[in-house]
Parts: sequence; C-alpha cells; structure tokens
Amino acid sequence: MTDKTVAADEERKHAGFLKNNLREYGMLLSLGAIMVFFQLMTDGTLLRPLNLTNLVLQNSYIVIMALGMLLVIVTGNIDLSVGSVAGFVGAVAAVLMVSYRVNFIPATIICLALGGLIGAAQGYWVAYFKIPSFIVTLAGMLVFKGLALAILQGQSVGPFAPTFQKLSSGFIPELLPDAGAHPTSLLIGAALATALVLMNLKTRTRQLSHGIEAEPQGFFILKNALLFAAIVYFAYLIASYRGLPNVLVIMMALIGVYAFITSRTTVGRQIYAVGGNAKAAKLSGIKTERLTFLTFVNMGVLAALAGLVFAARLNTATPKAGLGFELDVIAACFIGGASAYGGVGRVGGAVIGAMIMGVMNNGMSILGIGIDYQQVIKGLVLLGAVCLDVYNKKR
Amino acid sequence: MNAILEMRGISKSFPGVKALSDVTFTVDEGEIHALVGENGAGKSTLMEVLSGVYPHGSYEGAIVFDGEERRFRDITDSEALGIIIIHQELALIPLMSIAENIFLVNPPSRFGVIDRDAVERRSRELLATVGLDETPDTLITNLGVGKQQLVEIAKALSKKVRLLILDEPTASLNEADSAALLDLLVEFRAKGMSAILISHKLSEVARVADRITVLRDGRTVDTLDCRSGPVEEDRIIRKMVDRDLKHRFPERVPDIGEPVFAVQNWSVYHPLHVDRQVIKNVNFHVKRGEIVGIAGLMGAGRTEFAMSIFGQSWGRNISGRATLRGREVDMSTVDRAIDAGLAYVTEDRKHFGLLLAADVRQNITLANLDGVASNGVIDDIRELRVASDYRSRMRIRCSDVYQEAGKLSGGNQQKVMLSKWLFTDPQVLILDEPTRGIDVGAKYEIYCIINELADAGKSVIVISSELPELLGICDRICVMHEGAFVGEFTKSEASQEKIMRAIMRKGDRRP
Repeated sequence: MTDKTVAADEERKHAGFLKNNLREYGMLLSLGAIMVFFQLMTDGTLLRPLNLTNLVLQNSYIVIMALGMLLVIVTGNIDLSVGSVAGFVGAVAAVLMVSYRVNFIPATIICLALGGLIGAAQGYWVAYFKIPSFIVTLAGMLVFKGLALAILQGQSVGPFAPTFQKLSSGFIPELLPDAGAHPTSLLIGAALATALVLMNLKTRTRQLSHGIEAEPQGFFILKNALLFAAIVYFAYLIASYRGLPNVLVIMMALIGVYAFITSRTTVGRQIYAVGGNAKAAKLSGIKTERLTFLTFVNMGVLAALAGLVFAARLNTATPKAGLGFELDVIAACFIGGASAYGGVGRVGGAVIGAMIMGVMNNGMSILGIGIDYQQVIKGLVLLGAVCLDVYNKKR
Repeated sequence: MNAILEMRGISKSFPGVKALSDVTFTVDEGEIHALVGENGAGKSTLMEVLSGVYPHGSYEGAIVFDGEERRFRDITDSEALGIIIIHQELALIPLMSIAENIFLVNPPSRFGVIDRDAVERRSRELLATVGLDETPDTLITNLGVGKQQLVEIAKALSKKVRLLILDEPTASLNEADSAALLDLLVEFRAKGMSAILISHKLSEVARVADRITVLRDGRTVDTLDCRSGPVEEDRIIRKMVDRDLKHRFPERVPDIGEPVFAVQNWSVYHPLHVDRQVIKNVNFHVKRGEIVGIAGLMGAGRTEFAMSIFGQSWGRNISGRATLRGREVDMSTVDRAIDAGLAYVTEDRKHFGLLLAADVRQNITLANLDGVASNGVIDDIRELRVASDYRSRMRIRCSDVYQEAGKLSGGNQQKVMLSKWLFTDPQVLILDEPTRGIDVGAKYEIYCIINELADAGKSVIVISSELPELLGICDRICVMHEGAFVGEFTKSEASQEKIMRAIMRKGDRRP
C-alpha cells in the first residue's frame, strides 16, 4: 500500500468514527457551546465560583433522579411519580426529624427504605400485572402529592437540624492548611481527572493489544486532554469558593456506580435487553419482570434521596416540593439520547442532559428571562434534541 | 397474447449499491409470471419501482402498462391503474374487522358517510370470491395467517385489480393453505387477471407459473417458459445461484445413540381459552446425535409444544414429565431449561429472537452472559473473542461484530440466533422454522450447521412447514395434528404423500 492510500484509509476511518460517535461528541459539544454562550451573555457570571456551586446544588437532585429514570426508560417504561415521591419523602423526613425529633441517620434510612417500598409498590403493577407504567405512575403521582399535603397538613415544616442540612449545604472538610483556596478540593479534582485519563488509557491499551479498533489516536489524546483540563478547571473554580459540596461527592459516586452497572455488568446488559426486545430477552432466560420491578425499586430509592437533598437544601419541607421535577428528569434523559421505545440510553448522556437543562435554567435566570419563556425555550430544546436523534438514525 | 406490462431497461441505484441494472420484465395479459432469485437479487426493488414506491425519475428505464408509458409519482398512481401489491408482511389492522380492512381506503359512501350495508354486502361477495368462510365483522386478530392472506386478496379485488403482485404469499402458510391460495390464483387467471408471484418455494412456482423470470444480482438472468413443458426445479436453482447445487441437502451419515430427552404425557392448555387443551397428552423423545422433524399444518400446535417445553414460555396448566438422560428435569422457567441443556431457536426472529438494535456481539452472548463475565462484570475482550469466533465458524456475513443485528439479511440473522444458542452449550436444540424467509444458498449453510450439531452428539428437533426440507435433513419425522402426534416415519419410509395422508386421515375422522 502506498502512503497515499494509507492516508486516505485513515481519513475514511476517522470520518466513520466521527459519524458513529457523533451523538456522544455532539452532546458534549452542545453542552460546551451552551456554557460558552451563557458565559459570554452573562459577562462571565455563569462560571463564577459562587454561581457554579449554586448550579451544582440546584441540579443535584435532578441528576440523582435522572440516573434512576434512565434505567426505567431503558426498560421501555416511564416514571411520572418521581417529583411527588421526592416531595412526599421530604415531608416524611421533616415530620420524623422536626416533629418527632428522630436522629437524622435513622430518619434518612427510613426515608430511603420508604422510597424503595414506594418504587416496589408501583413496579409490582408494571412488572407483574403488565399495567402500563404511564398509568401506574400517573396514579402514583396523584397519590403521593396528596399524601405529602396530608402529612404536612398544608403547612411547611422546618427547620431541620444543622447536621441534616449539611447533606445539601455542607462542604467537605478542609484537611490542608487553608489559604482561602480549598486545596483539598482542588487535589481531589486533579486526582479524579488523572484517574479517569489513566482508566481511559488502560482500556485503550487493552483494546489495542487485542486488536480491537479503538478510536483514532488523535481523537483519544484530544478528548482526554480536554477532559482533564475541564475537570481540573471545574475543580479549581469550585475550590475557590467553598470547596466541594457534599452533595457533589454523593452525585459523582452515584454517577460512577451507575455508569459501571449499565456498561459493564451482566445486570446492566440484561436491562438493555429487556428494553430492546422483552420477548426475546425472556426467551433468552432473562427474568424480565424481576428486572423491571427492580428498576422501579431503584427509582424509588433515588427519588427519596433526591427528596432528602431537596428538603435539606430548602431547610424545610413544603407541600409544593418536587412539583414538576419529573418533567426535568425525563427531559434530561431524552435530551441525553435515551429512546422512548426503550433499549437505548446512557448514564453519561442523561447526566449531560441534566446539565444542559441546569445550565439553561441558570443562565436564562441570570439573563432575566421570565419563567414563561424559559419553559418555551426548554421545550423547544427537548424537541430539537430528539428530532436530531431521529434524523441521525434515519440517515 | 398482449403484454399488459413491460418494464424496459430498468436501473436503480442506492448510495453505494446498484440494486437493478438494465432489467427487462414483461407480463402478458392473463398470465402468472413468477419472479425468483436469492435474497438481495432485486425482486422487491423491482416491484417497488413498478408500484411507484420509488417515483418516476429516481430510476432509469421505462414502464409501459396497457400500451402507454406510465410515470408513477407514488403508490396511489399505480393502484389507480389496478396494480396492487400484497407485501410479505401483511398490512392489515388487527383490531378492525375484515370489512373495515377491505374498505379501509375509499369505502362505499354517500355524502361522506360510510354506507354500512354496501360495505357488508360487497365484503360478503368478495369473501365468497376468495373462498373465505368468515363473517365480515370478524376481527383480523382472530384469524390465522392463511385467512389473513385471503383478506388481503379480497382487499386487492375490491380495488379492481388488473395486475396482482404477491410477495412471498405462502411464506408463513402451511401446505393446505398454500395450495388453496395458489388454486385461487389459477382461478383468477382463467378470468383474465395477471399476477406476479415472488416466491422462494420453487415447487409452487413450478406448479402455477406460466413463465419464470430469474433475477440475480440485479440483472435478469433468464425467463423460462413453462407453458410448453414443466421446468425442473434444479434448473431454476442453477440459474438463481449460478452454481450447480447438485444436492439441496448436504450428505450425512447419522450416528444415533441412546435417548437423551423425552417428554411423557405432556399436556398444555391455551393461555386465554382456559378449557382448550392445545397439546393433548403427547409423548416424544429424541436421541443423541439424532435429527427429529416435527411436521404438521399451521396451528397443529408444534410451536406451542416446543415453547411449552422450553421454560413453559407458552400456555398454562402445563403437566407431564420431562426427562433428560432418564432423570426428571425442572423446566418451569426459561433459565432452568437453559441450565438443563435445552435451547429453543424461535421461528420469529424479529419479535422473539433478536435484539434488532443491538449489535451481533451482544446478541450472541445474551443467553449466556455469565459465560463472558466474572462476578457479574462482563469481560469485553472475552466477549469479543466469543463473538468473533462464532462469526467465523458460522460464516456470519457482517462488517464486524459491532454491526446492528437488524441490518443483517435473514440468513445471517438466523446464524446469529444459532450462535447465541450454541454458546449456551445445549444438549437438545429445538429449531423452529430454521430456514423461513432465507434464500437457497443460506439454507444450505443452515443445513450444514444442523448436520454438524448432530454429528457433535447433540439432539436436534426441527419444526418446519416445508416437507421437502424435513425429508431432506431429518432421521425421523413425527407428524403433529391438532395437538397430538398422528404419525411417525423414519427417513427411509417417509414421503410427502405419507405425511399428508397421516394428517388428512386424522382430519377426516373429525366429527
């Protein structure tokens, strides 16, 4: 082969790779573009350390629920009740901790278990009685919204004990001598970035050594350099305010766990199979009903956690807590590339989807765009993202 | 004789592929013209050009219908002239009645209100014409595939059809229904209607066709005239595949051992009609290294029998004893059946077999994920090696194992399913219609795989509606009729006539 044909070959390979992975890079690029756009429009307010920290705190519960929702959507179902469940669990937490003075640790455990139980109650009808999840969770949405109102008796209950508030408004303790820059947080960020790059490198070497076609080297280097820079820069910004928020640590850990489960484990693969073709999955020995049931239990637990985070952040449980969360959560999954027909969707995508929604909410608020047009714009972005997906698939 | 249709020099390209090049095809008035060729030979594309799916301008060449050049913009243009196509995948709406389906478009109406009496009356007439003994208000979902096919034809007749195009009309029909359908075509021919018949089943093509055009790689290879004398099937196959298929079935010297798997007194009830016994206390066994065929008409209960054994995936109130090497096995769920060493390769690749959007690799390992994982974590390298291994062993033609399963041809999809089940290392394989809808060359490859399995000591059960296939590959053929076995023949004693007679004899005795 001459050099020329090799070069042409390489080029074709690159083009093919880009085409196949357009969706993933496209998502990241749009998030980047949206951030740059608002950064410029808001004269740099978006990425100010204070605002960035707030952005994380404001969206943490959406991201947490999006992880569970992704699994539910991948099995071909939907959960409309998550907002109400989060609100209800927040209310229960308030009643337990404020009215009955239960310590926050047992109270948290009770609340998470309650979330699991709620998920089980709904998942049971969906998985074993084959009632469409849309209907079951629509019913759940009404039931738990009502129950939240009932146990709060229409009042706001609060404030919480300071230890519980730390869940949302606390930051990780500073271990090093602090010069106002929170070096621990910066170091954790740098360590995380290094670990991710090393992991990617390890995977790549392993793939190459087994003759698997990995992404072209140029892409790989560029991607990892950008990833490293972005994480370190982000950590630097966060560190220069008050350091890493506790909730961000919880969120990152959950993202890591769910990304691993969905992409690397047999259970994850089976969940995708259920959504891809439930009958074929069943005939392949996969316990489709049990998996569907478990995705709802998991969703319930995560909705409960989100409810706790939200209540701790507001420092009070209100009857209106959780209102409309389900819409943001579901939108995050679909913007992130999940298919409404099931079987398709990634944890990374859902997280980026949630971040796109969060940045847009935040940026538009800073710009002083009213809540009315914010909704219009968010709706159009959702439609646009899904249209783009469908168009890409048809090509 | 006048030509009703002439397609001259038709060429059609898709990005990267030339689907048709300079195809010439004519149909005479009152003629049944068969169009045969391997999958991907261009039959469907040619018919889509004819019916206006690909509008004028997107192809080269000319279509002359009724002596005039036609430029169809879409399918309504061609239907207006009486060119009606019935697709392989039936386009009926399941929860509507027969009459509603027949007159789905343009029902007889007055001032925009549907004239129900006219619909009812004309539906009855049409049903009588096609010989379907059902009332017009029967829902499609309550009809078998054979009857649905007749409804499609009635629907075509309601549109004043002059040229009827049937794409694989008998692919999912049993012998009796196929014969009835072909007789109907012959009857219509006598009334002057023309038809184009696309089929993989050469025996029926040879039976009814006046002429046979063979397509290969988008070109017309030859047009054979059957009116002067019968055309041999082998001659058609030779033209189709461009190689001498001396034997349609690979040779094999059976080496049959002791009985491996048996069911006794197996009884299954219908999942919805609780008091209907679908499988009636049957006994069945298969030996080591043996290929057993299960013959029978559509609805005889063969698939239901197989699926009820395989983890009770069909039916309710299942009772009976299942034994593997003499020991009773628990097969109450699919994963237990798999663990016991059973595999069931479904007849319905798209709905029950494959994850169409997932890649070849994921489909192959799906039924035995633990085989490529440790502690529940998938080892992607091991998985890739397994998939690549099966890809080369089974000669699955795909760009790589990351290709979507839904984008493969039928034969290659079948091989992916076989790979998936072989990876579970089964002792007993049940293959349900393993060659449905796949072309001659791929069929031969599937037969070879089946033979290799038997030679490796596996027990293979083949369910098929194509009798020649069962006769060609099986060591023993059991005949099922209405949920019971009504005959059993060894390879040497079996023949199509004997099998059909076993079914018919039983059928006559019905009250």
